[in-house]
Amino acid sequence: MIQSPFWRAVRRNPLTLFGAVVVLILFVIALAAPYLSIRDPYSIDADAVLEAPSLRHPFGTDELGRDVFSRVIYGSRISLWVGFVSVGIALVIGTFLGSMAGYYGGWVDGLLMRFVDVMLCFPTFFLILAVIAFLEPNIGTIMAIIGLTGWMGVCRLVRAEFLSLKERDFVQSARALGVGNVRIIVRHILPNSLTPVMISAILGIAGAILTESALSFLGIGVQPPTPSWGNILTSGKDNIQIAWWLSLFPGLAILVTVLSYNLLGEGLRDALDPRLRGSR
Amino acid sequence: MAELIRVKNLRTSFFTPDGEVKAVDGVSFDIGEGKTLGLVGESGCGKSVTALSILRLVPSPPGRVVGGEIFYRGRDLLKLKGEAMRKIRGNEISMIFQEPMTSLNPVFTIGNQIGEAIRLHQGLGKKETREKTIEMLRLVKIADPESRIDDYPHQLSGGMRQRVMIAMALSCHPSLLIADEPTTALDVTIQAQILELIKELQERLGMSLLLITHDLGVVAEQADEVAIMYAGKVVERANAKAIFNRPLHPYTVGLLNSLPGVSGHKKKRLEAIPGMVPSPLELPGGCRFRDRCPKAAGICAEAEPELVEKDKDHGVSCYFA
Repeated sequence: MIQSPFWRAVRRNPLTLFGAVVVLILFVIALAAPYLSIRDPYSIDADAVLEAPSLRHPFGTDELGRDVFSRVIYGSRISLWVGFVSVGIALVIGTFLGSMAGYYGGWVDGLLMRFVDVMLCFPTFFLILAVIAFLEPNIGTIMAIIGLTGWMGVCRLVRAEFLSLKERDFVQSARALGVGNVRIIVRHILPNSLTPVMISAILGIAGAILTESALSFLGIGVQPPTPSWGNILTSGKDNIQIAWWLSLFPGLAILVTVLSYNLLGEGLRDALDPRLRGSR
Repeated sequence: MAELIRVKNLRTSFFTPDGEVKAVDGVSFDIGEGKTLGLVGESGCGKSVTALSILRLVPSPPGRVVGGEIFYRGRDLLKLKGEAMRKIRGNEISMIFQEPMTSLNPVFTIGNQIGEAIRLHQGLGKKETREKTIEMLRLVKIADPESRIDDYPHQLSGGMRQRVMIAMALSCHPSLLIADEPTTALDVTIQAQILELIKELQERLGMSLLLITHDLGVVAEQADEVAIMYAGKVVERANAKAIFNRPLHPYTVGLLNSLPGVSGHKKKRLEAIPGMVPSPLELPGGCRFRDRCPKAAGICAEAEPELVEKDKDHGVSCYFA
């Protein structure tokens, strides 16, 4: 067990363990949200508007008297959901196109890589803003758009792995046994190229959570009354001079979450894939 | 002797930015049912490309089979469609490679990988596949196959991995096994065991063998027929005895002279063949060996000698043989 890649990563950099533990705790919080939240995150209480943190409301209340603690807890569900689904979309697209480009090479590779170059030319955030202007902003749209604009890195990684793996002896010997292209791609090359993909996925989750928070903060992401760390921050901004707790707690939640995913991802990357050190 | 495969005037080229490299340039041979042909030559003379051409696995681009015919049981492999060719690979013609250390997929157990070939061509169920896999491991003499089947490649030694490769290659009982320097990467004692194993399995399963090697000792042990390749061409072709007793081509003579003798008479030094293999991009006109040949004369530069029968079943391409 001490030799497994994860513990090797932890030994090189103990902060990896911190990241992993926090990520795990965040999962538990998101799953157990109905039990952890002490109040209904949607119930409005006109008698308790903008109350400072107290035993009754550990993180205070917002301008409609809703319990901020419960809203932050429920917000973690949105964040994880967006993080995983949008990175999942990016992984599927990136892995598919990357393996096609890397395995078949030639004009397929040329075409797909130029497409990647074009996609990378757009400043992602403004592309998302432009798209959202035409679509109804809801969590599904957000996830789809973050995924559809975030697959290029994965695509390049997978392609690079395929370029080197397809020349390996075991691929040649599988071919000599009559194994077809699809099977070679799915069974022989893909499993060997997963390490860098998984690491970039973990780092990608942090990015996706950050993007979702930013969009919700700007009011074009998750729409109130559904709680998201980003839209709680918006009301925090409106009341920053009288209610600091409305900005501090969701802000801290975003900070800790993104930091943990980055620590975990970078720790694993340094231990498993020295070639990628220092890259994002 | 019924022939299993006949390669006729095979030409395979690689198209590089520096020009066309004729890796295999008009190679012909045939192998009878159950027989062994030893294909001998220096590194880069086109042995492996010949083998890959038979299986149609020449990396393309930049490589391409540009001419010739490969008749396997009466069918020209070069004219087969992709799907039909895939059914030949592994099932009818199998190949084992030089590097057992890297020829197995590191992320799957060996049982899984041998089973893949069996499932692919024979369509057996899960349980039968496992039984067949254990049987194959026993056939290649891996001790305790019931537990070894769940090992990963990194848990095995080089010799055992080569045994696993052989088990994979033979799992569908091919009629022809191509062994591309199967023992080069192994140490000497293991080499002998692996060669012995291949020989034994060949006899038991009645398959033909195309043995590619640069080791004349291995050829003397195993081969019925020998083809000597130089710079993309077969320069001499005869049965194994004739090659060793009465070599005709100066290159073959040179190869044999460069072997350390084991018999009583002491030689002062080993003789090396002078010069270098010519670059495949700028082959000399005429005989390709003439720059290194002790017998070279004016005629050698004028035209390339054809492979002609000097003795019965003993072909050689040299004006002075």
